[in-house]
Amino acid sequence: MYEGIVQELIDELGRLPGIGPKSAQRIAFHILQTESVDVTRLAEVLTEVREKVHFCVICGNVTEQEQCSICRDPRRSHATICVVEEAKDVSAVERTREFKGLYHVLGGAISPIDGVGPDDLRIRQLLQRLADGTVTEVIIATDPNLEGEATATYLTRLLVQPGLRVTRLASGLPVGGDLEYADEVTLGRAFEGRRVVEP
Amino acid sequence: MLVRHLSLRDFRNYETAELALEAGPNLFVGSNGQGKTNLVEAIGYLSTLGSHRVSIDHAMIRQAQDSAVIRARVENGEQALLLEVQLNRSSANRAQVNRSAIKPRELPRYFSSVIFAPEDIMLVRGEPSGRRRFIDELLVLRSPRMSGVMADYDRVLKQRNTLLKSARASNVSQLTTLEIWDERLVAFGSEIIAARSSLVAELSPEVSRAYATVAGADHAASLSSYLSIRAKSADDDADLETEAMVGDTIGVDIAAEGFRAALARLRRAELARGVTLAGPHRDDLVLQLNSLPAKGYASHGESWSFALALKLASAEVLRRESIAGDPVLVLDDVFAELDESRRGRLAAAVGGFEQVLITAAVFDDVPTTLAGNVVRIRAGRVLEQGEE
Repeated sequence: MYEGIVQELIDELGRLPGIGPKSAQRIAFHILQTESVDVTRLAEVLTEVREKVHFCVICGNVTEQEQCSICRDPRRSHATICVVEEAKDVSAVERTREFKGLYHVLGGAISPIDGVGPDDLRIRQLLQRLADGTVTEVIIATDPNLEGEATATYLTRLLVQPGLRVTRLASGLPVGGDLEYADEVTLGRAFEGRRVVEP
Repeated sequence: MLVRHLSLRDFRNYETAELALEAGPNLFVGSNGQGKTNLVEAIGYLSTLGSHRVSIDHAMIRQAQDSAVIRARVENGEQALLLEVQLNRSSANRAQVNRSAIKPRELPRYFSSVIFAPEDIMLVRGEPSGRRRFIDELLVLRSPRMSGVMADYDRVLKQRNTLLKSARASNVSQLTTLEIWDERLVAFGSEIIAARSSLVAELSPEVSRAYATVAGADHAASLSSYLSIRAKSADDDADLETEAMVGDTIGVDIAAEGFRAALARLRRAELARGVTLAGPHRDDLVLQLNSLPAKGYASHGESWSFALALKLASAEVLRRESIAGDPVLVLDDVFAELDESRRGRLAAAVGGFEQVLITAAVFDDVPTTLAGNVVRIRAGRVLEQGEE
């Protein structure tokens, strides 16, 4: 334990995701030893980011304006929506440069342990976006873990409507890897999900 | 498969130990508390990543030391392997095969052993969880993929139980997702049920044969599965119902169908109690002698024979499937518990395995056929030949 404000700083830092007590302590002492202009800049960015950045009213992505740059972009197709858990997943899909449609950020996945049910996710907003019939395909890109799969199943049931195709991202072996390095769980699942190759 | 050489550093009461082992029987003799079991525990760790005595690794690191090292030269058919694991007090454990690093959890792929210990009697007399662990460990050895299925099942179970509890606290809207968790629970659960039942069906004739061998009398020892999805009542301490006992292999589809029906039947009770009342996590193995449950009816000697039979049968099954040769058998303090005739018969039953490691406090407890390579242990030290 340290005295007063130093300990307070360590406690605050330790509350951040991925930062344990030891890292928090290291960062705190790094801040103490840094030039005060740098620290001021960090503090300013922190306040500014909270003031300026909002969630896009349409898709829930992070943006400094009312709508995010993707939703505002006239070149993007309005016929497909890719549903992801977090805003950071949007930039992951964007990096592929394969997807030209729009996004919808749920804000998490169904997980009773964390107290997250369907009502806590932006599912109602998604249904509203689908109401006018412009969207013909919804790609569900939730994480390939239990909670992500459960959310995908829930959405699939909910989204059954004429003229709408619902797809799910494939999962299995990583591309460019060696079969021998795949762990047995992944490889076992990939065996289960094998498919017939068309000649 | 056999261990040619074992080296230890700061493991339990050994500061260092170097020990050459031979094919066939190896007998470790020493008074109580000198470190016999510690040697075989180290060997067991390489195949199970755990100890048959404690659940935490720290207990195996010598007092006031930060890490312990187990190193074993193993012969795997034609292949020679150097396996090494370092147990660390404050960081993750590390493992190597032939001096290249691997994930510790991959170690069991290179080495398998079956440990017989006095604690095994709890397989017969103890709680269902011990029997589930026994069958699941064997299952994972046969099909590593199952460890992933089991982990997923446990996670779904936790999610579903939380949901049931919160639903009980009146949040009705949460219930719309219950059927999704049901589906996952059934998918993973029925895979576990099917895999366990096929293993039980394979194990049962082996258990019966092994029991007859050890006990010297045929008491029709049998093994079957108790499936909670087929039970009429959800009570924890209900007597085992015969309809829920299954000796044959059950297909995944049949298991899934039964599981779904059970969840539908138990829905109200589950909501009232806020827990999942059927599934592999509430199943059991039923051990019977002459059609009577071993738990409660069998004598101490019979229970012991049954426990040994379970271990012998699992060694037999592993041996049959393995391409790397027999698992190494470890008999830890087992002979002291047996009468003269059972000792002889057990010795004959394990004699056929490539390598058997035996610990005993009293030399004369062990049949002479097993006194091949005798190693004497005193106060955390392996004594030289001829040293007293």
